[in-house]
Amino acid sequence: MIRAHVLCCGGTGCTSSGSPKIQDAFRAEIEKNGLQDEIKVVQTGCFGLCALGPVVIIYPDGTFYSNVTENDVAEIVSEHLLKGRVVERLVYNDTGAAAGEAEEAHASLNDTIFYKSQHRLALRNCGVINPENIEEYIAMDGYAALGKVLTEMTPDEVIQTILDSGLRGRGGAGFPTGMKWKFASGNRGNVQKYVCCNADEGDPGAFMDRSILEGDPHALIEAMAIAGYAIGANQGYVYVRAEYPIAVKRLQIAIDQAKEYGLLGQDIFGTGFEFDLGIRLGAGAFVCGEETALMTSIEGKRGEPRPRPPFPAVKGLFDRPTVLNNVETYANIPQIILHGPEWFSSIGTEKSKGTKVFALGGKIKNTGLVEVPMGTTLRHIIEEIGGGIPNGKKFKAAQTGGPSGGCIPAHLIDTPIDYDNLLEIGSMMGSGGLIVMDEDNCMVDIARFFLDFTVDESCGKCTPCRVGTKRLLEILDKIISGNGELEDLDRLEELANYIKSASLCGLGQTAPNPVLSTLRYFRDEYVAHIVDKKCPAGVCKKLVQFTIDADKCIGCGMCAKQCPATAIARTDYVAPGHKLASFAIDPKKCVKCGACLPTCKFKAISKQ
Amino acid sequence: MKSLAELAAIREKMKDKIVLREGGNDIRIVVGMATCGIAAGARPVLNAFVEGVDKEGLNGKVVVSQTGCIGICQYEPVVEVFEAGKEKVTYVKMTAEKAEKVLKEHIKGGKVVQEYTIANAKNA
Repeated sequence: MIRAHVLCCGGTGCTSSGSPKIQDAFRAEIEKNGLQDEIKVVQTGCFGLCALGPVVIIYPDGTFYSNVTENDVAEIVSEHLLKGRVVERLVYNDTGAAAGEAEEAHASLNDTIFYKSQHRLALRNCGVINPENIEEYIAMDGYAALGKVLTEMTPDEVIQTILDSGLRGRGGAGFPTGMKWKFASGNRGNVQKYVCCNADEGDPGAFMDRSILEGDPHALIEAMAIAGYAIGANQGYVYVRAEYPIAVKRLQIAIDQAKEYGLLGQDIFGTGFEFDLGIRLGAGAFVCGEETALMTSIEGKRGEPRPRPPFPAVKGLFDRPTVLNNVETYANIPQIILHGPEWFSSIGTEKSKGTKVFALGGKIKNTGLVEVPMGTTLRHIIEEIGGGIPNGKKFKAAQTGGPSGGCIPAHLIDTPIDYDNLLEIGSMMGSGGLIVMDEDNCMVDIARFFLDFTVDESCGKCTPCRVGTKRLLEILDKIISGNGELEDLDRLEELANYIKSASLCGLGQTAPNPVLSTLRYFRDEYVAHIVDKKCPAGVCKKLVQFTIDADKCIGCGMCAKQCPATAIARTDYVAPGHKLASFAIDPKKCVKCGACLPTCKFKAISKQ
Repeated sequence: MKSLAELAAIREKMKDKIVLREGGNDIRIVVGMATCGIAAGARPVLNAFVEGVDKEGLNGKVVVSQTGCIGICQYEPVVEVFEAGKEKVTYVKMTAEKAEKVLKEHIKGGKVVQEYTIANAKNA
């Protein structure tokens, strides 16, 4: 009889920080103590607190251990599992209280601020069930929604339910999911149709889709079968990037198990409904996250977009009517069917229903995945759930929507986040990447970073995107190297607007957003680069100057020893009160690496 | 899968196995499992509770967990029962047989087994 479960995170983050070895160690140690019939080790999906991985949770107490290493395992087994004493030094503590005091209040995962402030719908099973065991998913009401639609609802009722719920696409533009399904629903039974899933998560920093695939793959399978029933399709494809090996493996295991249990295939639940699912691997091109390019790629052709209309609902995969949704969107579907559209639409804001998963990254303590109701303020996400900015730095801006989105400056931190508010302030929801920036980030450099990405990822089919983004990048390069002119700012804006209006697909249409939004909120930083030839954050190397204050320099020479470019040499000048001549940096030789800065104990070296 | 009944059967079978991870249990049975407890025979007591809870169909309502030494080593094995809104009950010098009785009369029946409680042991 099992009395305790040891849940080890098997998400990509924790896997790379060693969780497979920890699981093995737990199994070995449990066996050594003769507890194998009482304690079960379960590999789950991502818990969300990736910054603290590898993460281990022990139930029934729900004790949450973070940063666990192989060497800790023996202690956890002998202390916690055998004697029931929590290993305090490993317990996650977000209260700022001393380890001993925090143990009482925060030993349990569910009591942490990080979890308490969340509302997990799409991620509800991630970190709770073993994704490689279909029966654990069934125990969490899995496949009950599929059973319900097949036996109690007509396809039109299913579509109406999704429409009523107000669910909008979680992958980018936020188009109402029910509308997509409705458009593709005509002529059921007479034409071949397809259900596709966009798991080609390409935004740098966003990984919620991967997490769902890794932690709860059956939710996706169930939802796609429901979509198949709603529109009259018998075949589905999941397009997932090959860079997600764990996700691909678990999804394949899940599909095989669903087939074995008769939840995919023919005559599901004895209703005559048939649905099959296949995985198609992408090579990781960003443009293949665009829906028409994605379908072109599934067809076996080069992944390039094509003009819309015709929309996929009319002429999609293999020129057949197709519904294409993103992983997180699908993950909400079974819940909506089971609990009803009113339940779902009671969460969120007027026009954005339900929850949204955000991938927190950048200058934030709790790097990881969080799921909150739509309309939660940025401040709550960053300061409460995210644990704030490390090292006491000041919040400057947050970038949402990745290379397609824009930044939200500090004065808008109290904006409730939903689709419409984000668009209004010049950003977008996108897939939910949320990169936090502090005072050490240069906004021109950030814009350049994202633009550099889109220049690389532009497929090259249409000129505005292929050539336009490249020209934008060149102007930015000119500015950060200190050669910019004020007219460049007008040129940037003009060109950005041309690219937005003339590009063929979403990639080009949104590529200038990072430039436009940083120009809108941080124009003064651009001006500082151009007029003062200075980078206020000290990031843009060509504009940074390292200098030695000759009067503070005692002439010890520590900095010169560290300099890799031999740019620092002794001068003839001996400052009053000093015995040795001071040093100076030759700006022509300096590579601006900053290696000299920490060597000076007299704070004689400055960077500006 | 040919019917909803089949799905429901799997769900029922599995639910007991993962209910442990849901929290929100009404009653917590905590067994003292420090060195003193284990030496006095806490393990069979713990196992008796875990098995008994399952046998009586109390999964999801009752959680069995462990704790360290609470300082009354002479009374080990010690078992404490926590129930929301009620005073904690401390049983002492427990055995597997006594555990069975506690499960039946106290946990299921709602009547504290006075003879095993610490109050009783002190008086004796």
